[in-house]
Amino acid sequence: MTSIMEIERLNLHYGEFHALKNMKLDIPKQTVTAFIGPSGCGKSTFLRTLNRMNDLVPGVQIDGSVKLDGQDIYSDDTDVETLRKRVGMVFQQPNPFPKSIFDNVAYGPRLHGIKDKARLNEIVERSLRGASLWEEVKDLLNKSALSLSGGQQQRLCIARALAVEPDVLLMDEATSALDPISTLKIEELVRELKKDYTIVMVTHNMHQAARVSDRTAFFLNGELVETDDTEKLFSNPVDSRTEDYITGRFG
Amino acid sequence: MKATLQPSNRSSDGASLAAPVQGEADNQPMNDTSSRPSGGNRKRSRSGGEWFGKTYTLICVSVLIITIFSIVYFVASKGLATFFVDGVSLKEFLTGVKWSPDGEPASFGALPFITGSFMTSILAACISAPLAFCAAIFMTELMPKFGKRVMQPVIELLAGIPSVVYGFVGLTVIVPTLRAIFPGQGLGVAAGAIVLSIMILPTITTIATDAMSNLPRGLKEGSYALGATRWQTISRSILPAVMPSMLTGVVLGIARAFGEALAVQMVIGNAPFIPKSLFESASTLTSVITLSMGNTIMGSVQNNVLWSLALVLLTMTFVFVFIVRVLERRSLR
Ligand SMILES: Nc1ncnc2c1ncn2[C@@H]1O[C@H](COP(=O)(O)OP(=O)(O)OP(=O)(O)O)[C@@H](O)[C@H]1O
Ligand SMILES: [Mg+2]
Repeated sequence: MTSIMEIERLNLHYGEFHALKNMKLDIPKQTVTAFIGPSGCGKSTFLRTLNRMNDLVPGVQIDGSVKLDGQDIYSDDTDVETLRKRVGMVFQQPNPFPKSIFDNVAYGPRLHGIKDKARLNEIVERSLRGASLWEEVKDLLNKSALSLSGGQQQRLCIARALAVEPDVLLMDEATSALDPISTLKIEELVRELKKDYTIVMVTHNMHQAARVSDRTAFFLNGELVETDDTEKLFSNPVDSRTEDYITGRFG
Repeated sequence: MKATLQPSNRSSDGASLAAPVQGEADNQPMNDTSSRPSGGNRKRSRSGGEWFGKTYTLICVSVLIITIFSIVYFVASKGLATFFVDGVSLKEFLTGVKWSPDGEPASFGALPFITGSFMTSILAACISAPLAFCAAIFMTELMPKFGKRVMQPVIELLAGIPSVVYGFVGLTVIVPTLRAIFPGQGLGVAAGAIVLSIMILPTITTIATDAMSNLPRGLKEGSYALGATRWQTISRSILPAVMPSMLTGVVLGIARAFGEALAVQMVIGNAPFIPKSLFESASTLTSVITLSMGNTIMGSVQNNVLWSLALVLLTMTFVFVFIVRVLERRSLR
């Protein structure tokens, strides 16, 4: 399997604080990679280096190489906007814009210059179908996105991310604010989406990691302790700290 | 795979069960020590304090309400006397364009002042709103540190400058500048509006800044994550989201500009006509009141008609407050 993203010798400092220590990770194409680990170990920070969202944090310093299709995304000639278009993101709290459902999904395509109404219609429908939300909202496209339920809002955010046709989709605990049924729907969706997209997800729920991911990476105190096929990592971890964590001896 | 996962589940359940128990244990001794020894004493002193507080609040509130009602009553009775006692027609007052209270026959057309007030304050808001928006963007988005430490105090300082100083600066800086560039004396609606726009800048800026810093964090991040540039995020995400608050700020600014007297009076020229251009002398409701009040005798029609102008001002203030309320209610939804 070919890797779409390759991360090497990645170090990140928030001011004096060394948040990510010398990390190395390959993310294979069209797979689901899950990040697990106790709170504060750097999962979100790592995820946000993949689409350079950490650039928005003042005082952050990043060294090492993060490659997308062989191109270093932190090199000077990288266009951050194009990068973020290729590497989409879904956040922990659903964060739809205070606009209509249609305008939420069309936000990305419009940013990138698509004005044609028919084309927007088509993109919106395709994205909403992709996020399995179309049937629920097809008659409410002009209603405010804020009137949707939490689970629907999160799927709307996924649709919004899909609308710009990313290659990689980052999901930071995307289901932690949702009820079990919405969570299951999104897990199903993730399994569906990996046919076309590469997905990297942070989760606190190890069952979820086991259910939906192909590969799992275990983080601890800013270190990437172990990465392996999910099956293998959960049944036969190499590092004793991984074993302690997944058997619940700490964390 | 399942088997290795289950223990983790159990232990985390155990942890979550243990937590509240521990919390209770922590709380109990604290409650004990704080409530027991001083129990009786505290009850009495607390109810005494409560009585005092209630009475004091009641007095303050009554004073406030009585003051407001007497002002409204006073202005209204005096202002309405023009029409009911002195027999000036309301229609002439509101739509007449000739103002000569001492003329033969006297005429009381207040339209020039009403127009002047609206023109200056709305124009002031039009100048001020974009400035305020940009200042707020600068302070929250572009340079939050510099903004908080330098810009915010400076803008708040603007609110504290006495209006006579504004008028004076307007008269010595803005009026000559306008005179040099545009036809006319420089005195007029434009000068008034410029002076007012600076005076209401703090109001609108403060409201816009608050609205922006209260936006949910996810709003901006969501926009950036879709590949938006900073400018696109500001114009497509932040601006629409703060629009309702901006409108509230603008209306409050207009209300403040509408009521401002001294600074405007110094630069507007005080001619009782509807100006044909922005650079021609004009008057506002407030400027004509302050200028004429000293020259009239209490109880005369010339004096009463000034109260009628004040009544118009007061009514407009209520209208502005009402608009702000409606806007706020709408933005809450
Ligand atoms: N903007 C920031 N400035 C300074 N330190 C930060 C910042 N963001 C995160 N950190 C620190 O970096 C470390 C890693 O944070 P991160 O949010 O990546 O953890 P996480 O693994 O996602 O935790 P959680 O599971 O609770 O979301 C934490 O110790 C945190 O305090
Ligand atoms: Mg996190």
